[in-house]
Amino acid sequence: MTAPVPRLELGELGLDRGAHLLVKHALRGLALGAELEVVGSAPDLRLHLQAWARQQGLGWAPIPGGARLTRTAALGGRWAGAERAGESAPSGNKSVLEQPPARWGLAARGAMVEAGDLGFEFRLDRKEVLWSERGGELYRQALAAQWDPAVAIDWSAPCELPDEVEDAVVQVMTYLIENETAALLVPARFLSGIHPHFREVLQLLAVQAADEARHIEVFTRRATLKRADLGLSTQGGQASLKTLIDEPDYALAFFLLSVLGEGSFLSLLRFLHEHAPDPVTARVAELSGVDEARHVAFAMAHLKRHLAHDPHLRPRLAAAVEARFDSLREMSGLNEEVFDALVLLAAGSFQPAAIARGHAAVLGLKADMDAARRHRLEQLGFERSEAERLSSLHTRNFM
Amino acid sequence: MKDSRPLVLGAVAYDAKVVTIWDGFREWFGAQGLAFDYVLFTNYERQVEAHFAGACDVAWNSPLAWIEAQRLAAKRRRTVEAVAMRDTDRDLTSVIVVPAKGSVRSLADLRGRRIGVGAQDSPQATLIPLLHLAEAGLEPGRDVEVVHHDVLVGKHGDHVGGERDAARALLAGQVDAACLLDANHLAFAQDGTFAPGATRLLAQTAAYDHCNFTVLDGAPAQPLARFRELLLGMRHDDPAVRRLLDLEGLKAWLPGRTSGYAQLARAVDRFRFLERWLAAAAG
Repeated sequence: MTAPVPRLELGELGLDRGAHLLVKHALRGLALGAELEVVGSAPDLRLHLQAWARQQGLGWAPIPGGARLTRTAALGGRWAGAERAGESAPSGNKSVLEQPPARWGLAARGAMVEAGDLGFEFRLDRKEVLWSERGGELYRQALAAQWDPAVAIDWSAPCELPDEVEDAVVQVMTYLIENETAALLVPARFLSGIHPHFREVLQLLAVQAADEARHIEVFTRRATLKRADLGLSTQGGQASLKTLIDEPDYALAFFLLSVLGEGSFLSLLRFLHEHAPDPVTARVAELSGVDEARHVAFAMAHLKRHLAHDPHLRPRLAAAVEARFDSLREMSGLNEEVFDALVLLAAGSFQPAAIARGHAAVLGLKADMDAARRHRLEQLGFERSEAERLSSLHTRNFM
Repeated sequence: MKDSRPLVLGAVAYDAKVVTIWDGFREWFGAQGLAFDYVLFTNYERQVEAHFAGACDVAWNSPLAWIEAQRLAAKRRRTVEAVAMRDTDRDLTSVIVVPAKGSVRSLADLRGRRIGVGAQDSPQATLIPLLHLAEAGLEPGRDVEVVHHDVLVGKHGDHVGGERDAARALLAGQVDAACLLDANHLAFAQDGTFAPGATRLLAQTAAYDHCNFTVLDGAPAQPLARFRELLLGMRHDDPAVRRLLDLEGLKAWLPGRTSGYAQLARAVDRFRFLERWLAAAAG
């Protein structure tokens, strides 16, 4: 005995109001060659079923009140050979692949991806290089810690400084803006080459770039609080930053930028917070420092993981510090104007005794930076003596 | 030396995507070992004439261009063949719709009314539905007034603009009925051009066929056979070709058939639609 043909009753619903969803749903449950009767009272139902069936590659025959459709391979044929792009949650063993195929393109991790290859190219597609288990957690921290410069900083706080000290603040801000611009461009440059499978890395670097954009804003705003013009920008300072921008290797770039550069900046921003001559400077340094600490933490996390997987990475990191030192050997390092401005800023006045205090504070800052760098290098597995040597080779421009 | 001349297809550039489509086919045929190229024409009449002049080996013809090729072949003692077509080229119908709340309840009520059609050379939105009216006793121009929506004449209604204009004219009350391809009635209903229940189906034509790949006697047999074989072997579940099939609007290529052009041939005869062109083209 032949099984009765299943029947889909659409009532008043026509294909002009979304009935195709119900028809498709019913067809999906049928075997190839099976029939489905679709009936209803919508005035144009039969006509629309006829045109729709032709477009979908289905069989069609008129019946009273509708049409009889025949399931063919055309329905859902698009999904032959589709593949699941890992798993959305990052925790499972097979969630995040070691090297996801480029053909998955922009598909969300965990999506079912139609077969095909549109020729996407992602230069950065290896988990070993990119991944850190802390990525998702740091991204959530970053989002929760976002601050609005208009709210977080009291721009009307008293800020009447001697001209020389105000000039020093403007010079330091000018230097910071330049450095934060480099810190924005480096993640932004790598972002476009990262396989979207590594969603958390994309998200975190995007927020990192946005953090730097905000730092550029607040440093600019502090610099122009009392002055129309900014301070000096030196070739030496820019040459040092250019080596960061030019570094094509992901691991090396974030080692130099985030571990050594932003790591040093943590000390600098803490110094500015402590010695700032006015509350606005103190606050912008404090807030920026919190963000920078997160950037350093992520770089430390993915580099530790990378080092654990690739024994050849550590000598490459060391060689990168040496190469950068060599390429900057002819440059003068931290420009005099910035150094002097830091002394004056910490001194708070031109009084000799104050200058002496400021000078001592800046020397203390440099020692603090060196100690922090050595500590991080040791955390990355460098021997103490090697950490000392590499820290001493770090750019005198701090970043 | 191996004959490196590619099989050349003629197509009408009714939309910018035509270049994307045939560039894609060119690349894919090439990868399958068939040297293939294409030339584009601004209108089907130019394409048919160029086909007979040897500018291409196979022409991607509208149904009206197929009739043109048939008629010209008869004049010139040539033979034409339809070698392949899309699954979506088979068994199309056209519809005549009126405002749901209007006073027109039957074809007879259209006497003396204004009928909105597509481009004057559109088989689906003009010639075939007007034939339907004529065979029902309403002679276009005499019993009903025909209002053309001439978007891109020469492209045989491939461009949907004429039908959309006819639909809008119906909604605006500028015409009393509109003629459309069934699939465009569905499309306009789904995209909101027609609000649900805004139109009423007054008539639906018998089924007819649409485009086909046309060849003339003397076409290069071997590459043509390979062309047809490759076409019929294309599968929608093959990601390498699915994009091309989607762009061209089909799930599968089918062998060409010529049984579905009788209504259009009758329309062409009844309205003496090709007489002037045929006289000029036949020389």
